[in-house]
Amino acid sequence: MIEKKLIVKSKQGLHARPGALLVQMLSKYKSEVKIFKDDMEIDAKSVMSILILAADCGSDLKFVINGEDEEEVSKELEKFFNSNFEEMIANEKRT
Amino acid sequence: MKKEHNITLKGISASSGIVIGKVFLLKNDDFMPTEEIYIPQSERAKEVLRFQEAIKNARAEMQELRSKINRTLGANYAKIAEVHFLMLEDPLMTQKVLEMINSGSKAEYAVDKFTKDIVKTLEVESDEYFRERVADIKEVSKKIIDNLIGRKDRKVLLENIGENKIVVAHTLSPAETVVMKEKFVLGFVTDMGGRTSHTAIVANGLGIPAVVGLTSITSNVEPNEEIILDGNAGLVILNPDKEVIEKYRQEIKNLDKATEELDKIKNMSATTVDGHNVEILANIENPNETNLVLSMHAAGIGLYRTEFIYFNRSDIPSENVHYEAYVKVVESMNGLPTVIRTLDLGGDKLTESDVLHLEKEKNPFMGLRAIRLCLKYPRIFIDQLRGILRASAKGKINLLYPMVSCVDELDAANEVLEKVKTDLRKENIPFDEDIKVGIMIEVPSAALISDILAKKVDFFSIGTNDLIQYSMAADRVNENVAHLYNPLHPAVLRLLKMIIDNGHKAGIKVAMCGEMAGSPFYTPILLGLGLDEFSVSIVQIPRIKKIIRSVNMEEMKKLSDEVLKCDDSSQIEQILKGIKFSEDIN
Repeated sequence: MIEKKLIVKSKQGLHARPGALLVQMLSKYKSEVKIFKDDMEIDAKSVMSILILAADCGSDLKFVINGEDEEEVSKELEKFFNSNFEEMIANEKRT
Repeated sequence: MKKEHNITLKGISASSGIVIGKVFLLKNDDFMPTEEIYIPQSERAKEVLRFQEAIKNARAEMQELRSKINRTLGANYAKIAEVHFLMLEDPLMTQKVLEMINSGSKAEYAVDKFTKDIVKTLEVESDEYFRERVADIKEVSKKIIDNLIGRKDRKVLLENIGENKIVVAHTLSPAETVVMKEKFVLGFVTDMGGRTSHTAIVANGLGIPAVVGLTSITSNVEPNEEIILDGNAGLVILNPDKEVIEKYRQEIKNLDKATEELDKIKNMSATTVDGHNVEILANIENPNETNLVLSMHAAGIGLYRTEFIYFNRSDIPSENVHYEAYVKVVESMNGLPTVIRTLDLGGDKLTESDVLHLEKEKNPFMGLRAIRLCLKYPRIFIDQLRGILRASAKGKINLLYPMVSCVDELDAANEVLEKVKTDLRKENIPFDEDIKVGIMIEVPSAALISDILAKKVDFFSIGTNDLIQYSMAADRVNENVAHLYNPLHPAVLRLLKMIIDNGHKAGIKVAMCGEMAGSPFYTPILLGLGLDEFSVSIVQIPRIKKIIRSVNMEEMKKLSDEVLKCDDSSQIEQILKGIKFSEDIN
């Protein structure tokens, strides 16, 4: 089990387009991924839960990853949160 | 009870054209699984299977729709549906629905209950993005319920619609719109939607007439009743009498004949009878419109309104968002020029976008708009300029500043531009070093110093809508003073003459991108005044070209001299009505 603290840097927050991208990214992995914010706990692979979470720019999130590919997921999450969401969306549109 | 004749409903024109046809009413909510039926323990496994089967079928339907959109409209439109797939298999929904089924709920009740709960939670958010996702969740949930209760999908209904129908619906998804094209639907009308909704954009691309934003048309029509859909005026006429139908039939005939005639001159140049050439370019606001621009043989894009990029989003678009939009346009224009106007937000448009969170102004049309706003918030301006300059390496771009009212503003804007250029050079990012810079002439003060401004820019583009309303101090949307808004007021014509002459004296081209340029009635006088380029909405291109090809330039020059001597606009109107065209023009 890996615990990871990450901050939402996107001006749009996590709920908008980036949320859908996050779910798409995570669904490739077997690990169970949970997000903790304040007193909420949600399944990170659920786009509806991410909508309910409504994590604005600046939100502190705790991720708990559990499963055989947890190391990899942890790295991918790090990459995801350090990248520029806007750029990712732009890249996605290009393909 | 017999309905009144010719009830006219006004909506928003989403796609032009006129059709008369029978209503195909596409209802949304005939069934609501509100009643809770208790399922005994022994039946619950079967209920779970039903739910899983419904998800599977809904997925298959969505996949089919997606590939259909892909084929008909391209991959970018298919992206619209991507989030639906994520929602269909959302673990939260699956978990909650299964919990409810296992405690005795019927599957359709469980899905409906879950949807209502989550929609209630999310609807407190005022964000546009949340509202769109709530609509997505409802749509996905409806698909599952449709499958559970064996109701025919709207898609299936549409597939069997029969010919010559006008679809009437509360709202339509882009996917449903695509099915219509294949089924030779005459047109469609909806309660919801605006000019920039996805459905409107798709309808425009497909070229079927559409009127949206009619509020309550679904509750005002009966299936199979005959209605008239006037996509040009944004009207729907219910229960038309014989006279009105006859009038519209005639109009359709005229339109068809005109279209046929216009098709013939599509690839000819915009040349007058005596050999004077002008250019006709297109006004666009959406990168998807370039195919239409090319099909109309426009000489380029004379006005790309970039405000569209700022709408329907909760943040300020980044440099990359700008870049992507512009590259898409210039790369598809095959080397033809594109005039990109920098942000013209403010005034009337401010209400459509809450991106900038600006304070409400008492007099927005005289307030912080366009270039004024860009100079006050340079970050917004710099991001856009960087996007434009970077895209200029990929195709021909001319830059246009809106609403310049004095030399200082032009200088300040150019200073920012030079700084952006210097930065890009330092970063080794390529751009067109010779990018041309022009200004909109739409404030009377700019028109009056156009001799000075002409020496500092590469081209002028006259924005008549604002120029007229600022000159007349009359808001054309205000019905009490709208009659004062008159393109033929001698003051307006004098300003136009001054701008064009001053431009020519400095050796620069003068274009017009306001509505006046796209109205065939004014084409002869604008030609006579010496306008070089007409930038008009895409559908108007052949109409303007036809007028140009039917008049004599020398005669139009004389006519404009005569017109400029007139005392008032009604005299001028009479002269314009008396123009003889070399071919018969309707």
